[in-house]
Amino acid sequence: MPLTHIEKLEAEAIHIFREVAATFSKPVMLYSIGKDSSVMLHLAIKAFYPAKPPFPFLHIDTTWKFKEMVSFRDRTAAELGIELLVHTNSDGVTEGISPFTHGSNFYTHVMKTVGLRQALDKYGFNAAFGGARRDEEKSRAKERIFSFRNGSHAWDPKAQRPEMWKTYNTRVSPGESIRVFPLSNWTELDIWQYILKENIPIVPLYFAAKRPVVERDKMLIMVDDQRMPIRHGENIEERMIRFRTLGCYPLTGAIESDAASLEDIIQEMLTARTSERQGRLIDNDEAGSMEKKKREGYF
Amino acid sequence: MADSTPVLSKEITTYLREQEAKSLLRFLTCGSVDDGKSTLIGRLLFDSKLILEDQLATLEGDSRKYGSTGDDIDFSLLVDGLEAEREQGITIDVAYRFFATEKRKFIVADTPGHEEYTRNMTTGASTADLAVILVDSRQGILRQTRRHTFIASLLGVRNIVLAVNKMDLVDFEHTFFANISRAFHAFAGDLGFSTIQMIPLSARYGDNVTRCSKRTPWYDGPHLLEYLESVPVAALDAEKPFRFPVQYVSRPNLDFRGLAGQIASGSVGVGDEVIVARSGKSTRIKEIVTRDGLLDRAVEGQVVTLVLEDQLDISRGNMLVAPDNRPNVADQFQAHVIWFDEQPLIPGRTYLVRTEADTVEASVTAIKHEIDVNTFAHLACNSLNMNGIAVCNLSTQAPVVFDRYAENRLTGNFILIDRMTNRTVGAGMIDFGLRRAENVHWQALEVNRNARASLKHQKPVVIWFTGLSASGKSTIANSLEKLLHSHGRHTYLLDGDNVRHGLNKDLGFKDEDRVENVRRVAEVAKLMADAGLIVLVSFISPFRSERQLARDLMCEGEFVEVFVDTPIEECARRDPKGLYRKALRGDLDNFTGISSPYEAPESPDIHLHTVNSEPSLLAHEIYSFISGVINSK
Repeated sequence: MPLTHIEKLEAEAIHIFREVAATFSKPVMLYSIGKDSSVMLHLAIKAFYPAKPPFPFLHIDTTWKFKEMVSFRDRTAAELGIELLVHTNSDGVTEGISPFTHGSNFYTHVMKTVGLRQALDKYGFNAAFGGARRDEEKSRAKERIFSFRNGSHAWDPKAQRPEMWKTYNTRVSPGESIRVFPLSNWTELDIWQYILKENIPIVPLYFAAKRPVVERDKMLIMVDDQRMPIRHGENIEERMIRFRTLGCYPLTGAIESDAASLEDIIQEMLTARTSERQGRLIDNDEAGSMEKKKREGYF
Repeated sequence: MADSTPVLSKEITTYLREQEAKSLLRFLTCGSVDDGKSTLIGRLLFDSKLILEDQLATLEGDSRKYGSTGDDIDFSLLVDGLEAEREQGITIDVAYRFFATEKRKFIVADTPGHEEYTRNMTTGASTADLAVILVDSRQGILRQTRRHTFIASLLGVRNIVLAVNKMDLVDFEHTFFANISRAFHAFAGDLGFSTIQMIPLSARYGDNVTRCSKRTPWYDGPHLLEYLESVPVAALDAEKPFRFPVQYVSRPNLDFRGLAGQIASGSVGVGDEVIVARSGKSTRIKEIVTRDGLLDRAVEGQVVTLVLEDQLDISRGNMLVAPDNRPNVADQFQAHVIWFDEQPLIPGRTYLVRTEADTVEASVTAIKHEIDVNTFAHLACNSLNMNGIAVCNLSTQAPVVFDRYAENRLTGNFILIDRMTNRTVGAGMIDFGLRRAENVHWQALEVNRNARASLKHQKPVVIWFTGLSASGKSTIANSLEKLLHSHGRHTYLLDGDNVRHGLNKDLGFKDEDRVENVRRVAEVAKLMADAGLIVLVSFISPFRSERQLARDLMCEGEFVEVFVDTPIEECARRDPKGLYRKALRGDLDNFTGISSPYEAPESPDIHLHTVNSEPSLLAHEIYSFISGVINSK
């Protein structure tokens, strides 16, 4: 029997994990707590069994993540016994950078992109796994699985290394690094299907529940803590909502939904007429937005 | 991505089981610039209702801003995701798109048409089962059509769809289609494809893309999507011999030693005999480990960790193979090479050969011929330029394990990496191992290098002088040799000009000749060092990679690089042979520093500044540096 579609994707990802472990001196996996990260973590565990993954996991904490994400992160790390590093751009915190007052673009640059660069430099990582998929966004559709970054973490889309078969060029000079995307060829449906098949734990925010939200700029923003300023004329309402993707709560739009199980979620996704990243403010704040962020070192 | 309609009527679990059972087809779209590749993919996605509302809204906005189709939607903007691509209206790099129909899942690689971006087209082709080659019905078969068809065949893509596009612009006239079909068959018929399907279509208006067009009544074949859904995908070949490239050695504790990897072909079961390719040693499979439990058997494509009955010396880059059908293990082979880099491939220069799990230094010993992609004629050549394709002989520093690419796409491929820049400069498909590598063995000699050197009461060393013409290399080297000689040392001085009168008199001054010039001298220096001599080499040796090659040839600590650093203005002022004057007049081609590059050493062992310094004092400086090395006691 040939492998099924999903088995092929799983095998490809595991092969990539092992390739990095075999060829890089300082790898790390970026762990963002979302569903894609959950799948990546699961695959990393599978790739090295019976050993543990021979690299640490890194979370760039912007301090604006959903509370449930942070508790899920700490619980997961404790249960699996993996090494979890958490880094926050302390300059940004000192300056009081907030998505509410500084705009999503500037905020993302300082707390995510700069925070990530700081952490990579601090530990000297030369390979970093990310959960990005090519079906998510048009510049990601163009990116290699082993994506070269120069000494200042920048991506040059016009000078990508050719990537043939699964014979990867894993060589970098000191200071340079590679971002590695084991889920490149997965689609949103593949991710959900795999979560269901493998029974992978995910943050409960993906499932519908009554949660407090305000409607703002045509998006439903969840009031996750006291830091969210409520504007004149806005009402906090309890609505049945869930999230298709998870990020910083002020920048992540919820959808109204009753989907309370994985099966419901998949069903809902199959009939949706919008893409999952539609609820992400940062993708749309200027033209070619994702490509620009990636060139600056964003994942 | 979603099938939009039939889902609600079915139980979701049934639906998912069907999804899992679907086969996967990986294909690429290629062809010349402006033949409509990106538009075709955009059309496929749009007509299959796979474009979601927010994506469509973005697309409509982009079409107004960048579009080239008037008021209509410009579908190419769906896939041309980079800003530079959208501004210039071209595809630079390969984009991957994913979609599924009722019957199959697809991964599409949309690849660029410009010759300049051949490397990106090749990237897309290396993993594809099928190629959709587009042709503009008005233009017919172009140079790039031939190039892409040839590269597809070279990379082992076995199924071809020739999509004759823009039929709307020739009023759907059958003759255009018929002529192009005939011309395509004439040149592609011999390229070894299993299937070739010709389809007339209009990507812009959707004719014969996802539905049969009424405007081509003379065509009774399938529309494109129908064909893609039904073309047979290569099934697992159970007859193929077992191949397991060892990717990673797993040693979590003293009791467990497993070999992790992905089965490249064939299958293996617990208790089966396997051979370690490099050593030829035999052992049996004890366990097949996965996190989902131990397996009895594993097949092609599966990632597993194998535990063997015996503790054998096996590391990454080795291979476990079937006992009755073994791969090649050789340090010389012939391959088809595609070159990606702006710096040409030069025979003799060392690169890294990277197979799936092995990395080894290698050089191209000969370019047998370059292939003209237009006529398939064999051309003689000394170096291979960007986007060129050639048949080459390669020699590796250690044996590699491989199969012929035609027999196994995974164990028969390699990439070439530049050692200085780490760029991926080429890709290769192995044709066969060269037998002479197996038959020429090193002769072990009884009087060895230590014996020869100790008789001379010295330790051999190679002192390599590099610098511009007239920088003072030979003067300093002469002075140093006199000094060594007066101290009773056994020396020899290899001088660039002198060697060119004899050993290297067949070589000129082009880059590839300079590389060969240095390679030969390095080999001679190595033999002399082997004979116990202190060897002084005074050569311009302008390229870092060849000086590195020379260093790598010598034993550890026996190579001293001396950079004779004289500004070019000063060299031109000295100009003892009148060469700078000639070169500056334009009468001398390929002159280092003027019309040919000089790559200064980044970290030489000794760095000499000659301006205002006496050559004899500089020679003393070198002497004191090496005197610790050459004393035998």
